[in-house]
Amino acid sequence: MAQAGTVTRSPAGPVGAGWHNRRVNGWRAKLYRDDAVVLRGQKLGESDRIITLFTRRHGRIRAVAKGVRRTTSKFGARLEPFGHVDVQVAEGRSLHSVSQVEAIDLYGKRFIDDYPRYTTASAIAETAERLTPIEEEPALRLFLLTLGALRVLAEGLHTSSLVLDSYLLRAMALAGWAPALEECAVCGTEGQHRAFSVPAGGCVCQDCRPPGAAHPSPATLQLMAALATGDWPVADSSEAGPRREAAGLVAAHLQWHLERGLRSLPLVDRSSPKTSPTRGADENQRSTDGDLA
Amino acid sequence: MYEGAIQDLIDELGRLPGVGPKSAQRIAFHILSADPTDVKRLAVALQRVKEQVRFCTTCFNVAEAEQCRICRDPRRHDDVLCVVEEPKDVVAVERTGEFRGRYHVLGGAINPLEGIGPDHLKIRELMARLADGSVKELILATDPNTEGEATATYLALLVKPMGLAVTRLASGLPVGGDLEYADEITLGRAFEGRRAI
Ligand SMILES: [Zn+2]
Ligand SMILES: [Zn+2]
Repeated sequence: MAQAGTVTRSPAGPVGAGWHNRRVNGWRAKLYRDDAVVLRGQKLGESDRIITLFTRRHGRIRAVAKGVRRTTSKFGARLEPFGHVDVQVAEGRSLHSVSQVEAIDLYGKRFIDDYPRYTTASAIAETAERLTPIEEEPALRLFLLTLGALRVLAEGLHTSSLVLDSYLLRAMALAGWAPALEECAVCGTEGQHRAFSVPAGGCVCQDCRPPGAAHPSPATLQLMAALATGDWPVADSSEAGPRREAAGLVAAHLQWHLERGLRSLPLVDRSSPKTSPTRGADENQRSTDGDLA
Repeated sequence: MYEGAIQDLIDELGRLPGVGPKSAQRIAFHILSADPTDVKRLAVALQRVKEQVRFCTTCFNVAEAEQCRICRDPRRHDDVLCVVEEPKDVVAVERTGEFRGRYHVLGGAINPLEGIGPDHLKIRELMARLADGSVKELILATDPNTEGEATATYLALLVKPMGLAVTRLASGLPVGGDLEYADEITLGRAFEGRRAI
């Protein structure tokens, strides 16, 4: 492009440093560097991919990785989904391109041989993409939450479905529509209320309870509160029943607020790793039906 | 913008994968100046591909009959089945001349972000083919990327109770490259898959 000649390559430096938003004669510099989570890659042409990156300082961006599908590509596996990478992006008129990439931690390699974790990571990535509808709008808190969720998922210390539901609850809180769990969503009366209504916005007291509200078990609501605050000792010790019910309520709450549902959520395999794949969709559906009716 | 037929052709060509507006224009004008019999042959080929090519009812490769040429070939071995994502992968494996078994084409890879789950691929059909026990080895030759690997993981788990040998193509360093440029996943895989010499 016109000002390509004025480009100075940013030197290698510590992760997240070297942010070059210098203005050159009123133009934004053509290259910048940032760290990012790779949300997804989509095939483009013969051997390229459009990579969706969630960057720390520039929000969600899309950039072309030229030749990345060739086995001899210099990018190698560094731009595969779910990795934490240090990228150098060249800004273009219509589409940016990735000029360099360095791996920080390629979490994806921990997910490819574990189907439940792969589908969970996919749902996390899709949620991050959907909650950043405008490209290049910084969303630091959601970036940190997404990076943290993938790291925790990679460490494998907690069941993947719990990591997902905790992420979804906290991502919804950042978006401003966390379900009320410790007070009535309608009148604000504090305490543990037994009824839960997605349209009303979470737990509701006896007086405010709309028709069709669900009555999850107290253990389910306790688990949801633990997941929303990151109380892992409580979450990890929960039973299968409340986990299933909480997953259904979280999914229903999320779908209610998103214009169209997440494509990956029904495909999440909520069975424990290293066992036969099951269909997570059926389980989700069952516990949300009553509430959405 | 051009008028009528030539612009229509440019628009149609421009919708093809990998063809930009400039290429579309170049191809359109090439066709315009080409010999009429050559153009006719291209038109017939385009029509024939939609009319005559279908998918093999056994392996889902492209075929001109009920079954593809490989499924009809009695010299191919029945006890080894190579699972690939797309028909073009069959061509790639065939080019090596290393494989004498049969294929199963999934029609893609599991990709939750695109809404593609196991039910969207020819996995149920694969399980049906494996049911009679004649296949002794299943080679999972899905793409060596995240979606392809995850699909192989899913399939390996699914067929585990059947007790057949499941193998994955070795992944390692691209021939012709420098070691220092290999990323950590590729190099890690190459270490895992090292062999005695
Ligand atoms: Zn109330
Ligand atoms: Zn066939």
